[in-house]
Amino acid sequence: MINKHDCLQVTPNGLYCSEGDFYIDPWQPAKRAVITHAHADHARGGSHSYLCATESKAILQSRLGPDADIETLDYGQVLTINSVQLSLHPAGHILGSAQVKINAGGHISVVSGDYKTEFDPTCAPLEILQCHTFISESTFGLPIFKWPPPEHVLQDINAWWQRNCEQERTSILFAYALGKAQRILTGLDASIGPILTHGAVEKVNQSYREAGIRLPATQYVSSLEDRNVFKKALVIAPPSADNPAWMRRFSDRSRAFASGWMRIRGNRRRRSVDRGFVLSDHSDWNGLVQTIKATNAERIAITHGYATEMVRWLKEQGHQAEIVPTEYGDETEVDEHV
Amino acid sequence: MRALADLYRRLDETTSTNRKIAAMVDYFQHAPAEDAIWTINFLIGRKPRQVVPTRKLMQWAAEQSGVPDWLFEACYDVVGDLAETITLLLPAATDTSERRLHAWVEAHLLPLSNMELEDRRDEILNAWNQMDEPQRFVWNKLITGGFRVGVSRRLVVRALERFSGIDAAVITHRLMGEWPITAETYQKILAADTRDADISRPYPFYLAYPLEDDPGKLGGVDNWQVEWKWDGIRGQVIKRNSQVFIWSRGEELVTDKYPELMHDAAALPNGTVLDGEILPWKEDRPLPFAELQRRIGRKKVGKKLLSEVPVVFIVYDVLEFSSQDIREQTLQRRRNILSQVMSTYPAMRLIISPVVTRLTWEMFNKLRQESRQRGVEGFMLKRLDSVYRVGRRRGDWWKWKVDPLTVDAVLIYAQRGHGRRAGLFTDYTFAVRQGKELVPFAKAYSGLSDAEIQQVDRFIQRNTLERFGPVRSVRPELVFEIAFEGIQPSKRHKSGVAVRFPRIARWRHDKKIEDADTIETLKALLSAP
Repeated sequence: MINKHDCLQVTPNGLYCSEGDFYIDPWQPAKRAVITHAHADHARGGSHSYLCATESKAILQSRLGPDADIETLDYGQVLTINSVQLSLHPAGHILGSAQVKINAGGHISVVSGDYKTEFDPTCAPLEILQCHTFISESTFGLPIFKWPPPEHVLQDINAWWQRNCEQERTSILFAYALGKAQRILTGLDASIGPILTHGAVEKVNQSYREAGIRLPATQYVSSLEDRNVFKKALVIAPPSADNPAWMRRFSDRSRAFASGWMRIRGNRRRRSVDRGFVLSDHSDWNGLVQTIKATNAERIAITHGYATEMVRWLKEQGHQAEIVPTEYGDETEVDEHV
Repeated sequence: MRALADLYRRLDETTSTNRKIAAMVDYFQHAPAEDAIWTINFLIGRKPRQVVPTRKLMQWAAEQSGVPDWLFEACYDVVGDLAETITLLLPAATDTSERRLHAWVEAHLLPLSNMELEDRRDEILNAWNQMDEPQRFVWNKLITGGFRVGVSRRLVVRALERFSGIDAAVITHRLMGEWPITAETYQKILAADTRDADISRPYPFYLAYPLEDDPGKLGGVDNWQVEWKWDGIRGQVIKRNSQVFIWSRGEELVTDKYPELMHDAAALPNGTVLDGEILPWKEDRPLPFAELQRRIGRKKVGKKLLSEVPVVFIVYDVLEFSSQDIREQTLQRRRNILSQVMSTYPAMRLIISPVVTRLTWEMFNKLRQESRQRGVEGFMLKRLDSVYRVGRRRGDWWKWKVDPLTVDAVLIYAQRGHGRRAGLFTDYTFAVRQGKELVPFAKAYSGLSDAEIQQVDRFIQRNTLERFGPVRSVRPELVFEIAFEGIQPSKRHKSGVAVRFPRIARWRHDKKIEDADTIETLKALLSAP
């Protein structure tokens, strides 16, 4: 139990609300799973039924398979289960990402899931919720993580693409297939050259387009016969595509990676990419701190990321804070958690 | 400063050698001489002296960033690089400056060492406040004294060659030794006139690759000169204009550290340059390298140390004779000249490296097994018709080392690495068994593949027992084969032994900690052949 007023318990299978009998992003199959967003480490298969934000359904369904039983709630819509009221609110992380708000007899708890404070044209902006207990992620919970303005980053990406294009070198940009890739797509200058996608990205693009998100025209790489197209192209692919078998088709290329982890030079060098673009769908340190403070929560619980450091810092600032252990991607699993 | 920051970014952005060279050529095309010389100085790895204690720098940066000290340390732990950590934490600058590199270094960096600590703080804060992130990073690299950008000296030389048209070997030679960091030096480095005047300047060293194949593939033994491979400090002894200069391979002028060598080398004729090895030596045989380490750190060497750890210079080669550069002559010719010099001007502490003769490679191989008893690392194989080349090259010289000693040891402590491995646990401490305990005996950083490092890192994250600052103690479970070159008794180490060049030979997935070696096995190696 996070505290005695709370309706949430920390269990070996994740956060659980006994009064409402549901788990939030459980890591084992459960009777009912409330899903904050469709990234693989939060949305695992096998549960009897799922509940997610309306905008998340199409993506979640394609990830979990057609047989998964998925109910939806519009943002702000309240579902009453026994004595608790549950609602979902925008988290600004990716399309359909949600914070979970639980009102148990007047005591309000909010589970943030993953969130960001920056503007993102592909999803609804983060809503600040007043609550008693705020359970926040801390993926980038160290003050070294400060994001440059995303519009500057996108300008840098376009400039890099333009230069490669002039030298007839394919620009290959690695980015998480769900969310990050589409956010980048909306900021690309399509007049520079053709935009190509890896299958995993193209599949998500389709869901985004169906949800009414405007993306520039893209072509699926493997469908192309004429390799001359590659010379001026920008290719968006998930990090897992960075293997010889997939990369072989591009003879002259420049590789780049878009992630908050690129803020650290060592991470970029370890991947030996030519460019690291600092672009994240998580909040940076300031975003986390501002959001946590803005909720006016009496108790703060910190999950996945630099929880030890954030909790100590929050305590020094006079907050009541504690760690909630989770099994979402940890600080080292850069690949899974970009 | 902006131009250097820009160059740094371009070098850092690519792994392609050609693009790195192109970036440097671009830089030299636009850089004024007084800036370019500083850039060369830093790129080839010469560091400005550290002008601010690291502790203080961390403290000032933490204050400026509004971050408590412990949080600064936590950030440093993740980033793995002090200059970068500071750059990432500092608040945005409120001012800018177009001050150029030489002005920053000469008027703002170098004078720091003579200032009161408070004034140094003001200077540094002021600099931070006039720079954007890329400039700050370079500046912080300069004040923390580590300027590594993934370009080798050789690459810098290739860029200068392409930019100026002067032959790379000439530039390499001109960059050796000590030179004032001035516009004039820069012009001399790139001057078309190849006659040089500096009397202290050493030649670039020729370095050997390890022999991995069977020596039989090198052809007949008759074509090769075989010498013992000594374990000391490679150096050059220069006698010109009645002055002696002794250089270490790290291009440090060490003449004063080895007065006995300076004395003996004074007997050499003017215009002589010898290549060899500085070795601690007593009663006709080398002392362990650890003994020499007692002398390396000292500026002035006392009488006691001089008598306890006397040194000799084992002479391998002669590079200059009668003021002529003879590196283009064959090894055979140079050896003849060397023998003449050494017999005409006998000096107690300059010893010609003996040539070892056997009829076949098999016989050499048998003799090689005695290396440890003799206090050497194996053999050096040098092709008799080879010229003295620049840098590490394959083909003419090979080091044929004796096989390393190995033990199976348990991983017990880990620390995060730096540079390319920043953030990952890559620095390990290994232990052997002593009864029911584990005794640490070696630290090792290298030998695992990137994939293995990831795996071990993950293990450490999940099996940390305790944290002592940046060091974590780890559940003793993983066993590795540790290889090392030599072993000596040591009073300073808990295990009672010190090993030389320890590294990870392989991960023994097949072994449990009960299968790891014991302290007795390790100590038995003290008397191994």
